[in-house]
Amino acid sequence: MAKIWVYAEIKDGVLEGTALELLTCARKFGGVEAIALGPGSRASVPALSAHGASRVLFSEEAVFADYLAEPHTDVMAALVLERSPDLVLFGFTSDSRDVAGRLAARLGCGLISNGIGLEVDASGVRVQVPYFGGAKVATYRANQQPALVLIRPRSFAASESGGAVDLEELAVEPSPASLRARIVDRKIEASERVKLEDAKVVVAGGRGLGGAENFSLLEDLAEALGGAVGASRAVVDAGWVPYSTQVGQTGKTVTPEVYIAAGISGAMQHTVGMKGSKFVIAINRDKDAPILKIADLGIVGDALRIVPQVTQGIRDQRGT
Amino acid sequence: MKIVVAIKQVPDPNGPQGLEADNRLTRSREVALDPGDEYGIEVALRLKESQGGEVVLVSMGPERARDALRKGLSMGADKGILISDTVLEGADALLTARALAAAIAPLAADLVVCGTESYDGSTGMVPPMLAEILGLPQLSAAGQVEVSGDSITVHRQTGDGHQVVEAALPALVSVTAAVGEPRYASLKGIMAARSKEISVVTGAALNLDAGRRAEVVEGVEDAEARPPGETLEDDGSNGAERILTALRACKVI
Repeated sequence: MAKIWVYAEIKDGVLEGTALELLTCARKFGGVEAIALGPGSRASVPALSAHGASRVLFSEEAVFADYLAEPHTDVMAALVLERSPDLVLFGFTSDSRDVAGRLAARLGCGLISNGIGLEVDASGVRVQVPYFGGAKVATYRANQQPALVLIRPRSFAASESGGAVDLEELAVEPSPASLRARIVDRKIEASERVKLEDAKVVVAGGRGLGGAENFSLLEDLAEALGGAVGASRAVVDAGWVPYSTQVGQTGKTVTPEVYIAAGISGAMQHTVGMKGSKFVIAINRDKDAPILKIADLGIVGDALRIVPQVTQGIRDQRGT
Repeated sequence: MKIVVAIKQVPDPNGPQGLEADNRLTRSREVALDPGDEYGIEVALRLKESQGGEVVLVSMGPERARDALRKGLSMGADKGILISDTVLEGADALLTARALAAAIAPLAADLVVCGTESYDGSTGMVPPMLAEILGLPQLSAAGQVEVSGDSITVHRQTGDGHQVVEAALPALVSVTAAVGEPRYASLKGIMAARSKEISVVTGAALNLDAGRRAEVVEGVEDAEARPPGETLEDDGSNGAERILTALRACKVI
Protein backbone atom coordinates (compact mmCIF):
# COMPACT_ATOMS: atom_id res chain seq x y z
CA MET A 1 0.00 0.00 0.00
CA ALA A 2 1.26 3.39 -0.95
CA LYS A 3 1.99 5.88 1.81
CA ILE A 4 0.23 9.07 0.75
CA TRP A 5 0.33 12.49 2.36
CA VAL A 6 -2.02 15.37 1.80
CA TYR A 7 -0.75 18.86 2.54
CA ALA A 8 -3.83 20.42 4.15
CA GLU A 9 -3.49 24.16 3.64
CA ILE A 10 -4.77 26.36 6.44
CA LYS A 11 -5.73 29.77 5.11
CA ASP A 12 -6.64 32.59 7.50
CA GLY A 13 -7.20 30.02 10.22
CA VAL A 14 -9.52 27.85 8.14
CA LEU A 15 -8.91 24.59 6.30
CA GLU A 16 -8.75 25.17 2.53
CA GLY A 17 -11.33 22.79 1.05
CA THR A 18 -9.13 21.24 -1.64
CA ALA A 19 -7.51 19.02 1.01
CA LEU A 20 -10.82 17.21 1.52
CA GLU A 21 -11.08 16.54 -2.22
CA LEU A 22 -7.53 15.18 -2.26
CA LEU A 23 -8.21 12.93 0.74
CA THR A 24 -11.37 11.58 -0.89
CA CYS A 25 -9.45 10.66 -4.03
CA ALA A 26 -6.28 9.38 -2.31
CA ARG A 27 -7.92 7.07 0.25
CA LYS A 28 -8.78 4.66 -2.59
CA PHE A 29 -5.08 4.09 -3.17
CA GLY A 30 -3.56 3.61 0.26
CA GLY A 31 -3.18 4.91 3.77
CA VAL A 32 -3.50 8.67 3.83
CA GLU A 33 -2.06 11.09 6.34
CA ALA A 34 -2.68 14.82 6.41
CA ILE A 35 -0.30 17.58 7.48
CA ALA A 36 -1.88 20.84 8.62
CA LEU A 37 0.25 23.78 9.72
CA GLY A 38 -0.79 26.94 11.54
CA PRO A 39 -3.46 28.29 13.87
CA GLY A 40 -6.70 26.51 12.99
CA SER A 41 -4.99 23.23 12.15
CA ARG A 42 -6.26 21.47 15.26
CA ALA A 43 -9.80 22.54 14.46
CA SER A 44 -9.42 21.03 10.97
CA VAL A 45 -8.83 17.54 12.35
CA PRO A 46 -12.48 16.37 12.42
CA ALA A 47 -12.98 17.28 8.74
CA LEU A 48 -9.68 15.72 7.69
CA SER A 49 -10.45 12.56 9.62
CA ALA A 50 -14.00 12.34 8.27
CA HIS A 51 -12.62 12.47 4.72
CA GLY A 52 -10.19 9.62 5.20
CA ALA A 53 -7.05 10.84 6.96
CA SER A 54 -5.90 8.03 9.26
CA ARG A 55 -3.40 10.35 10.91
CA VAL A 56 -3.17 14.11 11.14
CA LEU A 57 0.13 15.84 11.85
CA PHE A 58 -0.49 19.39 12.94
CA SER A 59 1.02 22.47 14.53
CA GLU A 60 -0.72 25.54 15.89
CA GLU A 61 2.51 27.54 15.63
CA ALA A 62 1.75 31.13 14.56
CA VAL A 63 4.68 31.53 12.15
CA PHE A 64 2.82 29.43 9.58
CA ALA A 65 0.12 32.08 9.37
CA ASP A 66 2.49 35.04 9.55
CA TYR A 67 5.13 34.07 6.97
CA LEU A 68 5.00 32.75 3.43
CA ALA A 69 6.16 29.26 2.40
CA GLU A 70 9.57 28.94 4.04
CA PRO A 71 8.74 27.66 7.55
CA HIS A 72 6.22 25.29 5.94
CA THR A 73 8.89 24.03 3.56
CA ASP A 74 11.29 23.39 6.45
CA VAL A 75 8.76 21.20 8.25
CA MET A 76 7.69 19.32 5.13
CA ALA A 77 11.28 18.65 4.04
CA ALA A 78 12.24 17.31 7.46
CA LEU A 79 9.16 15.08 7.61
CA VAL A 80 9.66 13.71 4.09
CA LEU A 81 13.30 12.86 4.77
CA GLU A 82 12.44 11.22 8.07
CA ARG A 83 9.36 9.24 7.00
CA SER A 84 9.68 8.66 3.24
CA PRO A 85 6.14 8.98 1.87
CA ASP A 86 5.55 7.65 -1.65
CA LEU A 87 3.37 10.57 -2.68
CA VAL A 88 2.70 14.07 -1.33
CA LEU A 89 -0.41 15.81 -2.69
CA PHE A 90 -0.95 19.57 -2.72
CA GLY A 91 -3.86 21.67 -3.93
CA PHE A 92 -3.02 23.95 -6.86
CA THR A 93 -3.64 27.07 -4.77
CA SER A 94 -1.22 29.96 -4.42
CA ASP A 95 -0.01 29.18 -0.87
CA SER A 96 0.41 25.47 -1.55
CA ARG A 97 2.15 26.14 -4.86
CA ASP A 98 4.80 28.22 -3.15
CA VAL A 99 5.44 25.48 -0.57
CA ALA A 100 5.44 22.63 -3.12
CA GLY A 101 7.81 24.44 -5.48
CA ARG A 102 10.32 25.20 -2.73
CA LEU A 103 10.03 21.67 -1.34
CA ALA A 104 10.68 20.08 -4.74
CA ALA A 105 13.75 22.26 -5.27
CA ARG A 106 15.05 21.55 -1.78
CA LEU A 107 14.59 17.80 -2.14
CA GLY A 108 15.89 17.97 -5.72
CA CYS A 109 13.04 15.77 -6.87
CA GLY A 110 10.88 17.93 -9.12
CA LEU A 111 7.12 17.70 -9.15
CA ILE A 112 4.04 17.35 -11.29
CA SER A 113 1.89 20.48 -11.31
CA ASN A 114 -1.63 21.39 -12.42
CA GLY A 115 -3.05 17.83 -12.21
CA ILE A 116 -6.74 17.04 -12.70
CA GLY A 117 -6.69 13.27 -12.18
CA LEU A 118 -4.71 10.76 -10.12
CA GLU A 119 -4.13 7.02 -10.15
CA VAL A 120 -1.81 5.10 -7.85
CA ASP A 121 -1.01 1.41 -8.21
CA ALA A 122 1.95 -0.94 -7.88
CA SER A 123 3.44 0.40 -11.11
CA GLY A 124 3.53 3.96 -9.86
CA VAL A 125 1.79 7.31 -9.56
CA ARG A 126 0.03 8.66 -12.65
CA VAL A 127 -1.33 12.17 -12.98
CA GLN A 128 -3.58 13.61 -15.68
CA VAL A 129 -2.54 17.11 -16.61
CA PRO A 130 -4.45 19.41 -18.93
CA TYR A 131 -2.24 20.40 -21.75
CA PHE A 132 -2.55 23.08 -24.22
CA GLY A 133 -4.98 24.98 -22.04
CA GLY A 134 -7.23 21.97 -21.57
CA ALA A 135 -7.79 20.78 -25.13
CA LYS A 136 -5.48 17.82 -24.45
CA VAL A 137 -4.85 15.73 -21.39
CA ALA A 138 -1.39 14.26 -20.81
CA THR A 139 -0.74 11.31 -18.53
CA TYR A 140 2.45 11.73 -16.52
CA ARG A 141 4.02 8.93 -14.50
CA ALA A 142 6.04 10.20 -11.57
CA ASN A 143 9.71 9.41 -11.95
CA GLN A 144 10.86 10.36 -8.47
CA GLN A 145 10.45 9.30 -4.87
CA PRO A 146 8.60 10.89 -3.28
CA ALA A 147 6.25 11.99 -6.04
CA LEU A 148 5.13 15.57 -5.39
CA VAL A 149 1.86 16.33 -7.15
CA LEU A 150 -0.32 19.44 -7.29
CA ILE A 151 -3.98 18.92 -8.16
CA ARG A 152 -6.35 21.66 -9.31
CA PRO A 153 -9.17 22.51 -6.88
CA ARG A 154 -12.50 20.84 -7.71
CA SER A 155 -10.93 18.03 -9.70
CA PHE A 156 -12.72 15.60 -7.37
CA ALA A 157 -15.84 15.83 -5.24
CA ALA A 158 -15.19 15.56 -1.50
CA SER A 159 -17.13 12.92 0.43
CA GLU A 160 -16.90 11.60 3.96
CA SER A 161 -15.83 8.09 4.82
CA GLY A 162 -15.47 8.27 8.58
CA GLY A 163 -12.89 6.34 10.53
CA ALA A 164 -10.57 6.74 13.47
CA VAL A 165 -7.69 9.19 13.47
CA ASP A 166 -4.30 9.33 15.16
CA LEU A 167 -3.24 12.81 16.18
CA GLU A 168 0.34 13.95 16.20
CA GLU A 169 1.19 17.45 17.33
CA LEU A 170 4.46 18.45 15.69
CA ALA A 171 7.17 20.02 17.83
CA VAL A 172 8.16 22.90 15.60
CA GLU A 173 11.12 25.15 16.24
CA PRO A 174 10.97 27.75 13.49
CA SER A 175 14.31 28.70 12.04
CA PRO A 176 14.80 32.49 12.12
CA ALA A 177 16.46 32.21 8.69
CA SER A 178 13.12 31.12 7.23
CA LEU A 179 11.08 33.97 8.70
CA ARG A 180 11.52 36.41 5.85
CA ALA A 181 8.43 37.08 3.69
CA ARG A 182 6.09 38.36 6.41
CA ILE A 183 2.37 39.00 6.07
CA VAL A 184 1.83 42.34 7.80
CA ASP A 185 -1.79 42.98 6.82
CA ARG A 186 -4.79 41.37 5.14
CA LYS A 187 -7.44 43.19 3.13
CA ILE A 188 -10.72 41.71 1.97
CA GLU A 189 -11.80 43.45 -1.23
CA ALA A 190 -14.65 41.41 -2.60
CA SER A 191 -17.89 41.73 -0.69
CA GLU A 192 -19.51 38.96 -2.67
CA ARG A 193 -23.11 38.16 -1.82
CA VAL A 194 -22.40 34.62 -2.94
CA LYS A 195 -18.89 33.18 -3.09
CA LEU A 196 -17.87 32.62 -6.69
CA GLU A 197 -16.53 29.12 -6.02
CA ASP A 198 -19.73 28.04 -4.25
CA ALA A 199 -22.30 29.76 -6.46
CA LYS A 200 -24.93 27.59 -8.16
CA VAL A 201 -25.07 30.06 -11.02
CA VAL A 202 -22.12 32.04 -12.37
CA VAL A 203 -22.62 34.94 -14.76
CA ALA A 204 -19.25 35.73 -16.34
CA GLY A 205 -18.21 38.48 -18.70
CA GLY A 206 -15.39 39.13 -21.14
CA ARG A 207 -14.11 41.73 -23.54
CA GLY A 208 -17.23 41.40 -25.67
CA LEU A 209 -19.07 43.46 -23.08
CA GLY A 210 -17.21 46.47 -24.38
CA GLY A 211 -16.36 48.17 -21.11
CA ALA A 212 -16.21 47.94 -17.32
CA GLU A 213 -19.45 49.93 -16.98
CA ASN A 214 -21.43 47.12 -18.63
CA PHE A 215 -20.55 44.64 -15.89
CA SER A 216 -23.47 46.06 -13.90
CA LEU A 217 -25.76 44.20 -16.34
CA LEU A 218 -24.12 40.94 -15.23
CA GLU A 219 -24.43 41.92 -11.58
CA ASP A 220 -28.16 42.50 -12.06
CA LEU A 221 -28.59 39.07 -13.67
CA ALA A 222 -26.45 37.36 -11.04
CA GLU A 223 -28.51 39.00 -8.31
CA ALA A 224 -31.78 37.88 -9.93
CA LEU A 225 -30.42 34.33 -10.10
CA GLY A 226 -28.84 34.36 -6.62
CA GLY A 227 -25.50 33.75 -8.30
CA ALA A 228 -22.06 35.30 -8.54
CA VAL A 229 -20.21 37.31 -11.17
CA GLY A 230 -17.10 35.94 -12.86
CA ALA A 231 -14.75 37.28 -15.50
CA SER A 232 -12.19 36.29 -18.09
CA ARG A 233 -8.53 37.03 -17.65
CA ALA A 234 -8.62 39.63 -20.41
CA VAL A 235 -10.97 41.94 -18.53
CA VAL A 236 -9.24 41.38 -15.20
CA ASP A 237 -5.92 42.26 -16.82
CA ALA A 238 -7.61 45.32 -18.31
CA GLY A 239 -8.67 46.37 -14.81
CA TRP A 240 -12.44 46.25 -15.40
CA VAL A 241 -13.08 43.94 -12.45
CA PRO A 242 -10.95 42.64 -9.55
CA TYR A 243 -8.74 39.56 -9.75
CA SER A 244 -10.99 37.79 -7.25
CA THR A 245 -13.60 37.38 -10.03
CA GLN A 246 -11.26 35.71 -12.51
CA VAL A 247 -12.23 32.25 -13.73
CA GLY A 248 -9.65 30.14 -15.52
CA GLN A 249 -6.14 28.76 -15.44
CA THR A 250 -4.75 31.67 -13.43
CA GLY A 251 -7.97 32.31 -11.57
CA LYS A 252 -10.65 30.21 -9.94
CA THR A 253 -12.11 26.89 -11.00
CA VAL A 254 -15.90 26.82 -10.78
CA THR A 255 -18.40 24.00 -11.25
CA PRO A 256 -21.87 25.62 -10.98
CA GLU A 257 -25.20 24.21 -12.11
CA VAL A 258 -25.34 26.92 -14.76
CA TYR A 259 -22.49 28.98 -16.19
CA ILE A 260 -23.44 31.96 -18.35
CA ALA A 261 -20.57 33.32 -20.46
CA ALA A 262 -21.38 36.74 -21.88
CA GLY A 263 -18.98 38.21 -24.40
CA ILE A 264 -16.29 35.66 -23.57
CA SER A 265 -14.57 34.16 -26.60
CA GLY A 266 -13.58 31.01 -24.76
CA ALA A 267 -9.78 30.92 -24.79
CA MET A 268 -8.49 27.72 -23.23
CA GLN A 269 -7.02 29.78 -20.41
CA HIS A 270 -10.64 30.52 -19.47
CA THR A 271 -12.42 27.26 -20.29
CA VAL A 272 -10.09 25.17 -18.11
CA GLY A 273 -11.66 26.96 -15.15
CA MET A 274 -15.32 26.39 -16.06
CA LYS A 275 -15.50 23.19 -18.13
CA GLY A 276 -16.84 21.27 -15.16
CA SER A 277 -20.02 23.39 -15.09
CA LYS A 278 -23.21 21.33 -15.49
CA PHE A 279 -24.88 23.55 -18.09
CA VAL A 280 -23.09 26.23 -20.08
CA ILE A 281 -24.90 29.09 -21.77
CA ALA A 282 -22.81 31.31 -24.03
CA ILE A 283 -23.79 34.61 -25.58
CA ASN A 284 -21.45 35.92 -28.23
CA ARG A 285 -21.72 38.09 -31.31
CA ASP A 286 -19.15 35.97 -33.16
CA LYS A 287 -20.70 32.72 -34.38
CA ASP A 288 -17.20 31.22 -34.61
CA ALA A 289 -16.25 31.98 -30.98
CA PRO A 290 -14.75 28.83 -29.39
CA ILE A 291 -17.06 29.20 -26.38
CA LEU A 292 -20.06 28.34 -28.59
CA LYS A 293 -18.50 24.96 -29.35
CA ILE A 294 -18.42 23.93 -25.71
CA ALA A 295 -21.72 25.54 -24.71
CA ASP A 296 -24.87 23.49 -24.16
CA LEU A 297 -26.79 26.51 -25.36
CA GLY A 298 -25.11 29.09 -27.55
CA ILE A 299 -26.81 32.32 -28.49
CA VAL A 300 -25.28 34.29 -31.33
CA GLY A 301 -26.19 37.84 -30.46
CA ASP A 302 -25.46 40.95 -28.45
CA ALA A 303 -24.99 40.23 -24.74
CA LEU A 304 -25.69 43.86 -23.88
CA ARG A 305 -29.22 43.44 -25.24
CA ILE A 306 -29.89 39.83 -24.25
CA VAL A 307 -28.64 39.87 -20.65
CA PRO A 308 -31.07 42.62 -19.48
CA GLN A 309 -33.92 40.81 -21.26
CA VAL A 310 -33.15 37.65 -19.31
CA THR A 311 -32.93 39.60 -16.04
CA GLN A 312 -36.28 41.22 -16.76
CA GLY A 313 -37.78 37.83 -17.67
CA ILE A 314 -36.76 36.40 -14.30
CA ARG A 315 -38.17 39.42 -12.46
CA ASP A 316 -41.42 39.15 -14.40
CA GLN A 317 -41.72 35.48 -13.50
CA ARG A 318 -41.24 36.32 -9.83
CA GLY A 319 -43.59 39.27 -10.07
CA THR A 320 -40.93 41.67 -8.75
CA MET B 1 19.78 48.45 -7.41
CA LYS B 2 20.43 45.43 -9.56
CA ILE B 3 17.27 43.81 -10.84
CA VAL B 4 17.15 40.54 -12.75
CA VAL B 5 14.01 39.55 -14.68
CA ALA B 6 13.55 35.92 -15.71
CA ILE B 7 11.68 35.76 -19.01
CA LYS B 8 10.51 33.09 -21.44
CA GLN B 9 9.73 32.85 -25.11
CA VAL B 10 6.45 31.02 -25.70
CA PRO B 11 4.31 30.06 -28.68
CA ASP B 12 2.52 33.26 -29.64
CA PRO B 13 -0.79 33.21 -27.70
CA ASN B 14 -2.35 34.99 -30.68
CA GLY B 15 -0.78 32.69 -33.26
CA PRO B 16 -1.49 29.15 -34.44
CA GLN B 17 -0.54 26.54 -31.87
CA GLY B 18 0.22 22.87 -32.05
CA LEU B 19 1.98 19.91 -30.56
CA GLU B 20 5.03 18.10 -31.89
CA ALA B 21 4.99 14.34 -32.50
CA ASP B 22 6.79 13.89 -29.16
CA ASN B 23 4.03 15.94 -27.45
CA ARG B 24 6.18 18.93 -26.71
CA LEU B 25 4.54 22.25 -27.41
CA THR B 26 5.42 23.45 -30.87
CA ARG B 27 8.03 26.17 -30.74
CA SER B 28 8.79 26.14 -34.43
CA ARG B 29 5.99 28.49 -35.40
CA GLU B 30 5.29 31.99 -34.25
CA VAL B 31 6.81 32.80 -30.90
CA ALA B 32 6.60 35.77 -28.58
CA LEU B 33 7.84 37.08 -25.28
CA ASP B 34 5.46 35.57 -22.70
CA PRO B 35 2.85 38.32 -22.07
CA GLY B 36 3.09 37.60 -18.34
CA ASP B 37 6.79 38.44 -18.43
CA GLU B 38 6.10 41.90 -19.84
CA TYR B 39 4.60 42.75 -16.45
CA GLY B 40 7.80 41.58 -14.78
CA ILE B 41 9.90 43.75 -17.07
CA GLU B 42 7.58 46.71 -16.45
CA VAL B 43 7.96 46.38 -12.67
CA ALA B 44 11.74 46.17 -13.01
CA LEU B 45 11.89 49.25 -15.26
CA ARG B 46 9.74 51.31 -12.88
CA LEU B 47 11.97 50.33 -9.96
CA LYS B 48 15.01 51.28 -11.98
CA GLU B 49 13.43 54.66 -12.73
CA SER B 50 12.65 55.34 -9.07
CA GLN B 51 15.71 53.74 -7.46
CA GLY B 52 18.38 53.82 -10.14
CA GLY B 53 20.35 50.78 -11.13
CA GLU B 54 20.38 48.15 -13.81
CA VAL B 55 17.90 45.66 -15.29
CA VAL B 56 19.27 42.36 -16.59
CA LEU B 57 17.04 39.91 -18.46
CA VAL B 58 17.77 36.19 -18.23
CA SER B 59 16.13 33.57 -20.41
CA MET B 60 16.63 29.91 -21.19
CA GLY B 61 15.78 28.70 -24.66
CA PRO B 62 17.02 28.11 -28.17
CA GLU B 63 19.08 30.66 -30.07
CA ARG B 64 16.02 32.47 -31.34
CA ALA B 65 14.90 33.27 -27.79
CA ARG B 66 17.21 36.23 -28.41
CA ASP B 67 14.13 37.84 -29.95
CA ALA B 68 12.31 37.74 -26.62
CA LEU B 69 15.34 39.24 -24.89
CA ARG B 70 15.60 41.89 -27.61
CA LYS B 71 12.00 42.88 -27.04
CA GLY B 72 12.67 43.37 -23.33
CA LEU B 73 15.79 45.37 -24.13
CA SER B 74 13.77 47.59 -26.44
CA MET B 75 11.34 48.24 -23.57
CA GLY B 76 14.34 49.59 -21.65
CA ALA B 77 16.23 46.74 -19.95
CA ASP B 78 20.02 47.08 -20.00
CA LYS B 79 21.32 43.69 -21.02
CA GLY B 80 20.34 40.11 -21.65
CA ILE B 81 21.68 36.66 -20.86
CA LEU B 82 20.56 33.66 -22.90
CA ILE B 83 21.12 30.19 -21.49
CA SER B 84 21.14 27.94 -24.52
CA ASP B 85 22.22 24.32 -24.69
CA THR B 86 20.88 21.14 -26.25
CA VAL B 87 21.24 19.44 -22.85
CA LEU B 88 18.45 21.74 -21.66
CA GLU B 89 15.94 20.94 -24.44
CA GLY B 90 12.62 19.86 -23.00
CA ALA B 91 13.76 20.88 -19.51
CA ASP B 92 11.19 20.47 -16.73
CA ALA B 93 10.51 23.19 -14.17
CA LEU B 94 13.28 22.09 -11.79
CA LEU B 95 15.97 21.94 -14.48
CA THR B 96 14.78 25.32 -15.77
CA ALA B 97 15.02 26.78 -12.27
CA ARG B 98 18.49 25.26 -11.77
CA ALA B 99 19.70 26.74 -15.05
CA LEU B 100 18.25 30.19 -14.31
CA ALA B 101 19.68 30.10 -10.79
CA ALA B 102 23.14 29.19 -12.07
CA ALA B 103 23.11 32.19 -14.39
CA ILE B 104 21.52 34.59 -11.89
CA ALA B 105 23.51 33.75 -8.74
CA PRO B 106 26.80 35.37 -9.89
CA LEU B 107 24.97 38.63 -10.66
CA ALA B 108 24.37 39.34 -6.95
CA ALA B 109 20.94 40.83 -7.71
CA ASP B 110 19.00 42.82 -5.14
CA LEU B 111 15.74 41.68 -6.67
CA VAL B 112 14.75 38.84 -9.01
CA VAL B 113 11.43 39.34 -10.83
CA CYS B 114 9.34 36.58 -12.45
CA GLY B 115 5.86 36.27 -13.92
CA THR B 116 3.40 34.10 -12.02
CA GLU B 117 3.26 31.28 -14.55
CA SER B 118 4.06 30.86 -18.23
CA TYR B 119 1.43 30.98 -20.92
CA ASP B 120 2.42 27.60 -22.34
CA GLY B 121 3.52 25.33 -19.48
CA SER B 122 1.40 27.04 -16.79
CA THR B 123 2.93 25.04 -13.95
CA GLY B 124 3.81 28.16 -11.96
CA MET B 125 6.65 26.26 -10.34
CA VAL B 126 9.78 27.99 -11.61
CA PRO B 127 9.46 31.08 -9.35
CA PRO B 128 9.31 29.21 -6.00
CA MET B 129 11.98 26.74 -7.16
CA LEU B 130 14.23 29.57 -8.29
CA ALA B 131 13.75 31.38 -4.97
CA GLU B 132 14.63 28.21 -3.06
CA ILE B 133 17.77 27.49 -5.09
CA LEU B 134 18.94 31.10 -4.85
CA GLY B 135 18.20 31.10 -1.11
CA LEU B 136 15.77 34.02 -1.40
CA PRO B 137 12.35 34.69 0.12
CA GLN B 138 9.60 34.69 -2.50
CA LEU B 139 6.84 37.29 -2.53
CA SER B 140 4.32 35.68 -4.85
CA ALA B 141 1.22 36.81 -6.76
CA ALA B 142 2.28 40.43 -6.33
CA GLY B 143 -0.17 42.93 -7.79
CA GLN B 144 1.70 45.96 -6.45
CA VAL B 145 5.41 46.22 -5.71
CA GLU B 146 7.26 48.89 -3.73
CA VAL B 147 10.88 49.06 -2.72
CA SER B 148 12.03 51.34 0.06
CA GLY B 149 15.65 51.25 1.17
CA ASP B 150 16.56 47.61 1.51
CA SER B 151 13.06 46.26 1.93
CA ILE B 152 10.29 45.28 -0.47
CA THR B 153 6.54 45.43 0.14
CA VAL B 154 3.97 43.81 -2.15
CA HIS B 155 0.21 43.42 -2.30
CA ARG B 156 -0.16 39.68 -2.72
CA GLN B 157 -3.41 38.84 -4.48
CA THR B 158 -5.63 36.28 -2.79
CA GLY B 159 -9.00 34.83 -3.69
CA ASP B 160 -10.86 37.48 -1.72
CA GLY B 161 -8.52 40.45 -1.60
CA HIS B 162 -4.85 40.89 -0.86
CA GLN B 163 -2.20 40.47 1.79
CA VAL B 164 0.49 43.05 2.44
CA VAL B 165 3.78 41.12 2.49
CA GLU B 166 7.19 42.51 3.42
CA ALA B 167 10.71 41.17 3.19
CA ALA B 168 14.26 42.46 3.28
CA LEU B 169 16.21 42.49 0.02
CA PRO B 170 17.55 40.48 -1.70
CA ALA B 171 14.29 38.75 -2.62
CA LEU B 172 12.36 37.22 -5.49
CA VAL B 173 8.99 38.61 -6.49
CA SER B 174 6.53 36.99 -8.91
CA VAL B 175 4.07 39.48 -10.33
CA THR B 176 0.58 39.47 -11.83
CA ALA B 177 -1.09 41.67 -14.44
CA ALA B 178 -2.37 43.95 -11.67
CA VAL B 179 1.00 45.71 -11.50
CA GLY B 180 -0.11 47.81 -14.48
CA GLU B 181 0.12 47.95 -18.23
CA PRO B 182 3.56 47.16 -19.66
CA ARG B 183 5.01 49.97 -21.75
CA TYR B 184 5.42 49.72 -25.50
CA ALA B 185 8.90 49.81 -26.91
CA SER B 186 9.53 53.23 -28.44
CA LEU B 187 11.30 53.59 -31.77
CA LYS B 188 14.25 55.00 -29.83
CA GLY B 189 14.13 51.99 -27.53
CA ILE B 190 14.09 49.59 -30.46
CA MET B 191 17.08 51.31 -32.01
CA ALA B 192 18.98 51.37 -28.72
CA ALA B 193 18.27 47.67 -28.12
CA ARG B 194 20.22 46.75 -31.24
CA SER B 195 23.49 47.65 -29.63
CA LYS B 196 22.72 46.24 -26.18
CA GLU B 197 24.61 43.17 -25.11
CA ILE B 198 23.10 39.68 -25.14
CA SER B 199 25.55 37.12 -23.82
CA VAL B 200 25.02 33.42 -24.41
CA VAL B 201 26.02 30.84 -21.84
CA THR B 202 25.93 27.06 -22.17
CA GLY B 203 24.79 24.37 -19.77
CA ALA B 204 28.38 23.20 -19.50
CA ALA B 205 29.54 26.70 -18.53
CA LEU B 206 26.92 26.64 -15.76
CA ASN B 207 27.98 23.15 -14.74
CA LEU B 208 24.49 21.76 -15.44
CA ASP B 209 23.58 18.21 -16.21
CA ALA B 210 20.12 17.26 -17.45
CA GLY B 211 19.41 15.29 -14.26
CA ARG B 212 16.41 13.08 -13.85
CA ARG B 213 13.04 14.36 -14.98
CA ALA B 214 10.23 14.54 -12.43
CA GLU B 215 7.90 12.69 -14.75
CA VAL B 216 7.64 10.45 -17.79
CA VAL B 217 4.98 11.36 -20.34
CA GLU B 218 2.99 8.22 -21.02
CA GLY B 219 0.48 9.64 -23.44
CA VAL B 220 -1.52 12.61 -24.60
CA GLU B 221 -5.17 12.42 -25.49
CA ASP B 222 -7.82 14.87 -26.53
CA ALA B 223 -9.68 16.14 -23.49
CA GLU B 224 -13.16 14.79 -23.04
CA ALA B 225 -15.24 17.06 -25.21
CA ARG B 226 -18.60 18.34 -24.08
CA PRO B 227 -21.31 16.98 -26.35
CA PRO B 228 -22.26 19.55 -28.98
CA GLY B 229 -25.03 21.84 -27.84
CA GLU B 230 -27.68 23.93 -29.46
CA THR B 231 -26.84 27.20 -31.20
CA LEU B 232 -29.41 29.87 -31.91
CA GLU B 233 -29.16 33.18 -33.72
CA ASP B 234 -30.83 35.90 -31.67
CA ASP B 235 -33.59 37.78 -33.49
CA GLY B 236 -34.11 40.37 -30.79
CA SER B 237 -36.18 38.32 -28.34
CA ASN B 238 -35.89 34.59 -29.00
CA GLY B 239 -32.38 34.39 -27.52
CA ALA B 240 -33.50 35.62 -24.10
CA GLU B 241 -36.62 33.44 -24.27
CA ARG B 242 -34.54 30.35 -25.00
CA ILE B 243 -32.18 31.17 -22.11
CA LEU B 244 -35.11 31.56 -19.71
CA THR B 245 -36.46 28.16 -20.81
CA ALA B 246 -33.03 26.61 -20.19
CA LEU B 247 -32.77 28.23 -16.74
CA ARG B 248 -36.17 26.79 -15.84
CA ALA B 249 -35.10 23.34 -17.08
CA CYS B 250 -31.99 23.61 -14.89
CA LYS B 251 -34.28 24.52 -11.97
CA VAL B 252 -32.33 27.65 -11.07
CA ILE B 253 -35.40 29.90 -11.54
